[in-house]
Amino acid sequence: MQMNEYKPLIVAFCCNWCSYAGADLAGNNRLNYPAEVKIIRVPCSCRVNPMFILRAFQRGADGVIICGCHPGDCHYTSGNYYTRRRMAALFSMLDYLGIEKERTRVEWVSAAEGAKFAATMNDFVEKVAALGENKRLEDLRCKR
Amino acid sequence: MDNKYLKEEIIRMSGVNPKKCMKCGKCTATCPSFDEMEYHPHQFVYMVESGDIEPLLKSESLYKCLSCFACIDRCPRGVEPAKLVEAVRLSVIRKQNNNHLKADDVPALLDEDMPQQAIVSAFRKYTK
Amino acid sequence: MQRIGVFVCWCGSNIAGTVDVKVVAEALKSEPGVVFSTDYQYMCSQAGQDLIKNAVKEHNLTGIVVCSCSPRMHEATFRKTASAAGLNPYMVEIANIREQCSWVHKEMPLGTEKAIILGKAAVAKVSLNTPLTPGESPVTKRALVIGGGIAGIQTALDIADAGFPVDIVEKKATIGGKMAQLDKTFPTLDCAACILTPKMVDVAQNENIRIFSYSDVEEVKGFVGNFNVKIKKRARFVDETKCTGCGACIEKCPQKKVPNEFNLGMDNRRAIYIPFAQAVPKVATIDPDYCNMLKNGKCGVCSKFCAAGAIDYKQKDEIIEEKYGAIVVATGFEPISMDKFDEFAYSQSKDVITSLEFERLTNAAGPTAGKLLRPSDGKHPQKIVFVQCVGSRCSACAEKGKEYCSKICCMYTAKHAMLTRDKYPDTEVTVFYIDVRTPGKNFDEFQRRAVEEYGVNYVKGMVGKITPEGDKLKVRASDLIANKQINIDADLVVLAAAIEPDKSARPLATMLTASMDTNDFFTEAHPKLRPVESPTAGVFLSGTCQGPKDIPETVSQAGAAASKVIGLLQKNKLMGNPCVASSNQLMCNGCSSCERVCPYGAISYEDKEFPGPNRTVKTRRVAVVNPAVCQGCGACTVACPSGAMDLNGFMNTQIMAEVDAICK
Repeated sequence: MQMNEYKPLIVAFCCNWCSYAGADLAGNNRLNYPAEVKIIRVPCSCRVNPMFILRAFQRGADGVIICGCHPGDCHYTSGNYYTRRRMAALFSMLDYLGIEKERTRVEWVSAAEGAKFAATMNDFVEKVAALGENKRLEDLRCKR
Repeated sequence: MDNKYLKEEIIRMSGVNPKKCMKCGKCTATCPSFDEMEYHPHQFVYMVESGDIEPLLKSESLYKCLSCFACIDRCPRGVEPAKLVEAVRLSVIRKQNNNHLKADDVPALLDEDMPQQAIVSAFRKYTK
Repeated sequence: MQRIGVFVCWCGSNIAGTVDVKVVAEALKSEPGVVFSTDYQYMCSQAGQDLIKNAVKEHNLTGIVVCSCSPRMHEATFRKTASAAGLNPYMVEIANIREQCSWVHKEMPLGTEKAIILGKAAVAKVSLNTPLTPGESPVTKRALVIGGGIAGIQTALDIADAGFPVDIVEKKATIGGKMAQLDKTFPTLDCAACILTPKMVDVAQNENIRIFSYSDVEEVKGFVGNFNVKIKKRARFVDETKCTGCGACIEKCPQKKVPNEFNLGMDNRRAIYIPFAQAVPKVATIDPDYCNMLKNGKCGVCSKFCAAGAIDYKQKDEIIEEKYGAIVVATGFEPISMDKFDEFAYSQSKDVITSLEFERLTNAAGPTAGKLLRPSDGKHPQKIVFVQCVGSRCSACAEKGKEYCSKICCMYTAKHAMLTRDKYPDTEVTVFYIDVRTPGKNFDEFQRRAVEEYGVNYVKGMVGKITPEGDKLKVRASDLIANKQINIDADLVVLAAAIEPDKSARPLATMLTASMDTNDFFTEAHPKLRPVESPTAGVFLSGTCQGPKDIPETVSQAGAAASKVIGLLQKNKLMGNPCVASSNQLMCNGCSSCERVCPYGAISYEDKEFPGPNRTVKTRRVAVVNPAVCQGCGACTVACPSGAMDLNGFMNTQIMAEVDAICK
């Protein structure tokens, strides 16, 4: 495989109330972002178990991004604060697992920010693509 | 010079996006050298946008802009007409490359009493 | 093993344009559990839904995957379809291949590939779905309206007319809002007070309506049908039940130098006051910032002259707790501050005023008794300049202006200009506009009448600078059509200030967990199809809190919000969301981690007996989730160290299956 053909695989967890709606708005406004981004809908960003992220890396994802409502705007009042703390803790341990921190990100995207969603995804895909394939944690048994 | 290329060059030099203009005319309303100018700030924006640049290159209006920035300050859409005026002026100066001074010639030509308006103006426009 | 049916929608060319739907349907056929797969032009149409229903019966399906638009759009539709076909509605999953695939990717192979992967993820998820039954919760048959302007008044009246009790919470001393300050209303020019005050009286006399004036919402707990709200009734130092509104106290009050906010500070009121003659409730209020008795205990004149004995200097703030089934937000707007617009000299000259101040100046109950006089010297102005779009459509000045169009200014400026020329034909009236935007019934005709019949001078251009000089205001502006710069020596300048949501809206939105846009306007559940509902269930929007609106639009939105509230309150029971947390009691060790993160207090603990080895019985403390209170955020599922807590509809296994399907 040639280097320029490499397309990273990105898993995006989006909360139902803000970021998923923001992604829909990006669609409504036809704002392009790379097809490598695959969105999983969760009720709230705090539903994202660190286990899911590790599982994604294990299965060959190159980057995982979690999108939630802006701090203070969580549909469930405080869910995104949990996300912020949990992910800060998880991300600080990723180096130990051999995964670059830049392969993960938490971003706040509201339902009105379709443009921000598309821009975030473009930027994240670019950053992850620069890092190359995630080989460290990938489970060879699940090789694509 | 090709008109399309010139337009792109002016937009590139100035960093101004004339498409942001909503044609309210506040720049022209606020311009203190309005009476001196043949083409007014809002016309600069409109004419650059529509590619009608030749008349601007020939107009004396280029040298009447005081660089007071009232238009930049008050534009509700952030278009910055003064930067556009300056870019058009620079493109004229650059075109007359035969007339350029050599750096060594400058001291002899300096007039102690007069500010070098073009230099002062350019500094003010591009150092912010 | 599930028997899954896959239905791929073309959405006309919306999906089929960038996704090869046939290939997607074919590819998903070989997924484990899939027994049927097809595509159709419009799956949400009656014919498309019938196709699903028939397939369910014919192939004995136990689960459905619809590859179509966003689940936010049609999840409910397809759940109903499944239900009609005898399937549990929660056995449906949507793969979003429109908003998140065909609309954002341009190349067919990429779009098709992604659509297949999204479809696979949905199949993987649905094969782990379990039938869910929503729980039921009762509905408190009482509504809360926050804000007592025309929006709140109309909503409250409509709800009360349907027979439900309504409470209005208004932060000012009287209801009426901004409309009470207006003089005439466009485009019919009937006087605002004449059409508003009867409605205010209706509110006061309606047995179903209670007014909490001079009050704020302190706390909102609960959920749709069952909100618990704390209302703080600020001390007004006058007993509302005793005060007759006679006004004797006001006449005698020695503190005469209090800026009158109802007239926007253009005249003074006393420290004890009734905002205006038709106030509802017509009860006096003492302003604690100016009252000498409250500040240093030296006065007490009002209590001496009050025949009803209503004055109570020791009154305290009161907290009222009440249960509501629905909440309507009607917090309204404020004109933006003009202080930062130096070029218009608003802070330098008294004769540069805002349009709302102009309303007070022309209002018969205003500071000049309706005579148009200059605030500086009380002289009659001869030349008046109106400036439109001050702070509106201002994308470059976020710190002082607003990017949006305030919508109402074109019409009220036309009204002001017309009325000025009508009453004072000797005045010269010039309006500077960028665009005249007058969509609306009889609106453009109205504006043209101002020009053609009343001789208002409309100039296309903007004012660049206003300089006070002597008793004149030097206005320098552009006339873009004549390509001229104009200088006018004006006597009075009126700025059409942009409007912004009331400052109280932001903290209120946080309390209600209702979402807002970047301008602090409340967001509606759907911009076209659900314009008066907030995305938060049970919270409704009325009037300018949702976006700039004129009075007719506000009233119609208020009625729409009321009808939604009535629809909610007439239900005896609400079907809850079955996607709630549940704890596996065999795995739970009662550590309380979940209880600590739950924002709703939905988790409690009970001691339960479990069979142990050798026929012993062991008692353990285990978590129990109250499904009526749980909103299904899932915070507890991640906090649980033993993996006992899971979320119906978004189970750990389901999300993992989606991750696996995407990463395969």
